[in-house]
Amino acid sequence: MADKKDITPETKEVQAQKSVDEAARPAMKKIDSKIPEGPLAEKWTNYKSHQKLVNPANKRRLDIIVVGTGLAGGSAAATLGELGFNVLNFCIQDSPRRAHSIAAQGGINAAKNYQNDGDSVYRLFYDTIKGGDYRAREANVYRLAEVSNSIIDQCVAQGVPFAREYGGLLDNRSFGGAQVSRTFYAKGQTGQQLLLGAYSALSRQVKKGTVKLFPRHEMLDLVIIDGRARGIIARNLVTGKIERYAAHAVVIATGGYGNTFFLSTNAMGSNGSAAFQCYKKGAYFANPAFAQIHPTCIPVHGEFQSKLTLMSESLRNDGRIWVPKKKEDAEAIRAGKLRPTDIKEEDRDYYLERRYPAFGNLVPRDVASRAAKERCDAGYGVGSTGLAVYLDFSSAIERLGEDVVRARYGNLFQMYEKIVDENPYKTPMMIYPAIHYTMGGIWVDYELSTSIPGLFAIGEANFSDHGANRLGASALMQGLADGYFVLPYTIQNYLSDQITVPRFSTDLPEFVQAEKDVNARIAKLMAIKGNRSVDSIHKELGLIMWEFVGMGRTKEGLEIALEKIKAVKKEFWSNVRIPGEADTLNVELEKALRLADFIEIGYLMALDALNRNESCGGHFREEFQTPDGEALRQDDKYMYVSCWEYQGEDKDPVMYKEPLDYEYIKVQQRNYKQ
Amino acid sequence: MWLLNSSIGKKVVMSITGLFLILFLTFHMSMNVVAIFSGEAYNMICEFLGANWYALVGTLVIAGGAVLHILYAFWLTYINRRARGNDRYKVVDKPQGVEWASQNMLVLGIIIALGLLLHLYDFWFKMQFNEITGILPDVNPHDGYGLIAEKFANPAIAVAYLVWFVAIWFHLTHGFWSALQTLGWNNKIWLSRWKCISCIYMTVICLGFAAVAIYFGFIA
Amino acid sequence: MEKTINITLRIWRQRGPKEKGAFKEYALSNISVDSSFLEMLDILNEQLINKGEEPVVFDHDCREGICGMCSLYINGHPHGPDEDITTCQLHMRKFNDGDVITVEPWRSAGFPVIRDLMVDRGAFDKIIQAGGYISVNTGGVPDANAIPIPKANADEAMDAASCIGCGACVAACKNGSAMLFVSAKVSQFALLPQGRVEAARRAKAMLAKMDELGFGNCTNTGACEAECPKNVSISNIARLNREFIKAKLKD
Repeated sequence: MADKKDITPETKEVQAQKSVDEAARPAMKKIDSKIPEGPLAEKWTNYKSHQKLVNPANKRRLDIIVVGTGLAGGSAAATLGELGFNVLNFCIQDSPRRAHSIAAQGGINAAKNYQNDGDSVYRLFYDTIKGGDYRAREANVYRLAEVSNSIIDQCVAQGVPFAREYGGLLDNRSFGGAQVSRTFYAKGQTGQQLLLGAYSALSRQVKKGTVKLFPRHEMLDLVIIDGRARGIIARNLVTGKIERYAAHAVVIATGGYGNTFFLSTNAMGSNGSAAFQCYKKGAYFANPAFAQIHPTCIPVHGEFQSKLTLMSESLRNDGRIWVPKKKEDAEAIRAGKLRPTDIKEEDRDYYLERRYPAFGNLVPRDVASRAAKERCDAGYGVGSTGLAVYLDFSSAIERLGEDVVRARYGNLFQMYEKIVDENPYKTPMMIYPAIHYTMGGIWVDYELSTSIPGLFAIGEANFSDHGANRLGASALMQGLADGYFVLPYTIQNYLSDQITVPRFSTDLPEFVQAEKDVNARIAKLMAIKGNRSVDSIHKELGLIMWEFVGMGRTKEGLEIALEKIKAVKKEFWSNVRIPGEADTLNVELEKALRLADFIEIGYLMALDALNRNESCGGHFREEFQTPDGEALRQDDKYMYVSCWEYQGEDKDPVMYKEPLDYEYIKVQQRNYKQ
Repeated sequence: MWLLNSSIGKKVVMSITGLFLILFLTFHMSMNVVAIFSGEAYNMICEFLGANWYALVGTLVIAGGAVLHILYAFWLTYINRRARGNDRYKVVDKPQGVEWASQNMLVLGIIIALGLLLHLYDFWFKMQFNEITGILPDVNPHDGYGLIAEKFANPAIAVAYLVWFVAIWFHLTHGFWSALQTLGWNNKIWLSRWKCISCIYMTVICLGFAAVAIYFGFIA
Repeated sequence: MEKTINITLRIWRQRGPKEKGAFKEYALSNISVDSSFLEMLDILNEQLINKGEEPVVFDHDCREGICGMCSLYINGHPHGPDEDITTCQLHMRKFNDGDVITVEPWRSAGFPVIRDLMVDRGAFDKIIQAGGYISVNTGGVPDANAIPIPKANADEAMDAASCIGCGACVAACKNGSAMLFVSAKVSQFALLPQGRVEAARRAKAMLAKMDELGFGNCTNTGACEAECPKNVSISNIARLNREFIKAKLKD
């Protein structure tokens, strides 16, 4: 310890050590979400008024590592750079502009009420809590709704070309789970435009020298010194070199872990490894079972398939979802004897409009997905596999004309046609649910700090503000809220007492050890020299996840899943084959390192799903449903965030509960019927 | 100096010299066509554009423009080839909508320049240059009409000139709208308009030249 | 009935930027025409791994045509023979049984090969860093509706902004010019009142960086536009030229 005392003033060191020790004692474990005092609408203002700040001269002396360059990571790195911190920003892609936020299509929510249709910060807050099936923190969600308006202002100032009306003002569209039009959009490429906005702000800081970029670098471990996050170990993906980076704080913005399922709407490179390494170093993993299944994806069509393509939720503004009313029609379609256009209007079952008259085709994603599964399970599914429903634009084309539909969704229709080879202007699209987003993630308090001091998590990587189900167009909102407007404040509250801590040397024993561990892990993988490719094992894991930890979960199924995942783990660690060498570019090694963590995450998801004996949002346990098939919560037993703590290799983690108190919202059964 | 060290600057020099040469060709063609109708009138123009000071200045300016255009062409091509890298594509397929001329401007330019040398020897050397230096005392520098008639009496020469005009047509149809594009006088709507205008304008110029060659080579 | 084809791939293999590369042939049979081009390469790689060989390295990520990571030059076209799409959206139904398909990396001095079909497009980031932004800090900006923007301008800015930075324009250009990429960004901002303030500075800085990084000069062949997966128009190049010339004349 003596060597570290030299670099930190004793009193601070001791204090810090003390609080960390306290946090580490299991008996003392009480989850403190650090919600500020005061009425809901004033909490964030109060927090900002009373938080500690870092003065400009000191900011220069503080280093912050941001892992990830998506909407959350990119905007955070840029904003922290603007404030004057010294930022090191990492991404696995060849450029920060390629983070998977770029693929978000539909839009971003904000409570601007430009349409004068009754929107407000409170309504956005309410819709988000309700959409999340009452499993999100009130204070966080309110803050999210509160800063949503600033995001739109910021993006417009950055030159994001949002869609406009002829009068020159911003246009809006509607998204699921809301009865107002509050979604701002840029064609079907909103995520791209917002990310490019953040990327341009980031590029400006790179030019100024406040942000240093590390593209094609993958974080493989978190370095902890005296209980605080102080750096990362990263692999240079081009040279294969293992590198050490030190900082005063580390921010994880690495997105979700949906690729555990192999087939998902995530990018091929999206992974949960950075988050999982933090979990292994002591950060709690919250609500891992909460994964969102998006209702409108292009159905699976072959074994060779590598990913699923999303068709934006915005399509549900004008598209109507249906299956045949008669089973024999569905069978005929599956056999290729009938075309969807042959089915008469009265023989079509617009099941969302039938079941949910108030919201119709714009019910939240979890509800729409389950309804599709219900119809397909009941034998009304279409497509060659029977695992698809129709999304039909014929009435919209009749009402608006093909040109208007083309202007609104042209790029999506083109994408569909390229993949499926069918013209969606003529034949209805076929869609089916697919894994899209993970609401679960690293647990954070109100300050977005994880349970490890100095480690922050933002964007999809944290367990976030979406509860058990995220509403459409809210991921972009949350990512940018965290990155532009929340973290740059809250991180200062942490850093304010770090100003006297000098820069860390990466020669400290903790760095040496962490690098050694990473090297050992890689060496172990390379030495297996088995018979199976990484992808083949990943596909096996994906099938287990989809079958047992997917849209409909049961106790028995989840127990089977746990056993099967253990078997996959064994197979992986004894039979994977990674060609090439570790000390150079090696794509298979990258994939293997990620898969090793996906297997663990899959296990954790199943464990959490098994623990949560209720249905809520995206988590649907078949044992818990209302007579008409809706999710049935058990508020008395499960109104909490499950926070999982790692206990070591091959040991089941321990779960702590962060209770959720609803002071301002009346908790109800979600109802999208009336 | 941005005309020397920026890529757009270099292209601006190409564009302005190019447009200037097109302007010159327009006058040249108008003048030539006169020969079809009246040898006398044509010779009057020749005399007017003989060794007078304004004609000499004009000649120097045109020559300067041409030399600059050619020098920049080689310079730009050198940079462009270097930018392409050392390894070449094995399979190359011209994308739809790309004009053949646009990808072969240097080759076309070289053909034009070689033709130009011949043309200068055939006419300018015997006219303006002769008038100043008196190098060919037997040739009347003001009898352009006679020179044309004599030259194109050989159909092979007439055909060679026609081929040359085709090369010029290709070079200019791309060159004209491309110059306007480089100067920034273009947008989504005018893109196709300029291309169309370019095509018509250059066809008129080249047909004008060709008419003279055909008339004297095959008709007169 | 699933239709399948047999193909021969002729793929560029190169260990590193300094090493010499060469084409290598691979025969693949029973490829479903419904699979995407990259899924076909996945199948090839799976076979190579099972044989103990090193898989073909290529960039790819989102596989839905928006991240701009995929970058193959297929049968003489960046992103392959289909129109308005990226390589990841190219499907095998565009090919016939018995086809020989040549797959090369982007070839341009500005994009050195890292390995096989993977190239380094870091130059694009450097160009954006030179000035591809509007200098506003987070916070303290006016209300989003404070400045009305004509729909036509907003739409044209959006069309320019749809560039995904894949580099197909450079790969297609016989001059290795990055003008379409640079002009798309300059155009997007030049069309919006927020971006007008720094328009002159931006055009000069980005162009100077492009020249410095060794990209070629635009000769208006239009190959970039023809091969651009997002249909970015060369009218943007005219706008960049205009902005640049105006800026220089004012200096």
